[in-house]
Amino acid sequence: MPALKEIEVLIIGGGPAGLCAAAAAADLGAGVLIIERDDKLGGQLVKQTHKFFGSRKQYAGERGYQIGNLLIEQCSTKAKVEVWSGTTALGIYEDGVVTAEKNGQHLKIKPQKIIIATGASEKMITFPNNDMPGIYGAGAVQTLMNVHGIVPGQRVLMIGAGNIGLIVSYQLLQAGVDVAAIIEAAPTIGGYLVHASKIRRAGVPILTSHTIKEAYGGESVEGAIICQLDENWQPIPGSEEDLKVDVICLAVGLSPLTELCFQADCQMNYIPELSGHVPLRNDYLETTRPGLYVAGDVSGVEEASSAMVEGRLAGISAAYSLAYGKDVAPKLQAEALAELSELRAGPAGQKTMQGLKKLMEKGGAGC
Amino acid sequence: MRINEHPILDFQRGEEITFFFDGQEIKGYAGETIAAALHAAGVRVLGHSPEKHRPRGLFCAIGNCSSCLMIVDGEPNVRICVEKVKQGMQVETQQGKGCLR
Repeated sequence: MPALKEIEVLIIGGGPAGLCAAAAAADLGAGVLIIERDDKLGGQLVKQTHKFFGSRKQYAGERGYQIGNLLIEQCSTKAKVEVWSGTTALGIYEDGVVTAEKNGQHLKIKPQKIIIATGASEKMITFPNNDMPGIYGAGAVQTLMNVHGIVPGQRVLMIGAGNIGLIVSYQLLQAGVDVAAIIEAAPTIGGYLVHASKIRRAGVPILTSHTIKEAYGGESVEGAIICQLDENWQPIPGSEEDLKVDVICLAVGLSPLTELCFQADCQMNYIPELSGHVPLRNDYLETTRPGLYVAGDVSGVEEASSAMVEGRLAGISAAYSLAYGKDVAPKLQAEALAELSELRAGPAGQKTMQGLKKLMEKGGAGC
Repeated sequence: MRINEHPILDFQRGEEITFFFDGQEIKGYAGETIAAALHAAGVRVLGHSPEKHRPRGLFCAIGNCSSCLMIVDGEPNVRICVEKVKQGMQVETQQGKGCLR
């Protein structure tokens, strides 16, 4: 391997956004390198066993892991796409060099354009003993169950009734695990009602305006005390309930994995609607650091369907900025932008729309 | 516990191998992570925090959170949720912050 690997477009992260970015940039003629820290491409799609909603263009009707396989296959047939798996990006330097680690080796890459598609990590909430073994992020439960075929325990308390909480509860039931309850601090269920109905039909209570007071146990979780919240989100005395569970699963949201954006000195803003600090960028997803693009959850937590379209948009834009696809790129960009608007047009997209508006207002004219 | 029947998924497990956890022989399958194999064997406590000695378990399972650090074949601070099991591997619980030998 040369001391310094030169490449036109470097994509950091081989999940739905990164894979779509790679395919789009390569289709226009750019040379692409994807680096992915896991041994396998596909990101979190590999553990999604549910069918996706939306339109056919975003593979609605297919199960998540099938979409992942499709995207991986698409990239593997393209001569212009090179993949380094098991490779973790370490830093982005002022002179544009990106460093990475693979099998204990320190690697240097000099890309002309960078697309950061690192995704998101799970959020935590505070309660006594929240660090006990037996308390997992929802993604970890999916990894254990759907990738490795191992159940996390026997009886689960799910915290959070957004789509992830609902879907993972259903997947637990499919794996033969008992779900004691789903609790949700908000007065309403956040996820799609079609998921909630499936859970309720299976006999699992979904308790809104409820929170966890504490977890208890010796060396690992043996139970949880939950309680009801009043309209001011304050615990109602005497409403405590003791649930004997050996697993507490947190599905309380994700936050963008933006370390590399911070390090690359992109201008960042805190936007709660986008789930945390996100980089300021233009319509074509280029950040305030010229030549550095973002796509997917790292630019604001949404769903895999929008991550795929954002990836495509960033890939087209990066290739176009290198003078590839002069005739078709503007049309392709417009198509991707229209798809994003369509995806965000429903009630579930309102939060994202508000967040993006806020981000642009905060950003001012600099972008 | 391992799932043997699933309505959607068909688990393709690799070759059966054995490794050692604090000297005790444990079975796993090639291709899975150390954390997965330990979980299947019922091991949920993976270590204790360096200062308050609180038990630590698996939390993120994708190499983000550092809750699962162990000594693997003599190397400390290995994230066992992303490190694959290998035949004969020596996995040990780590005391404190670990040191390079």
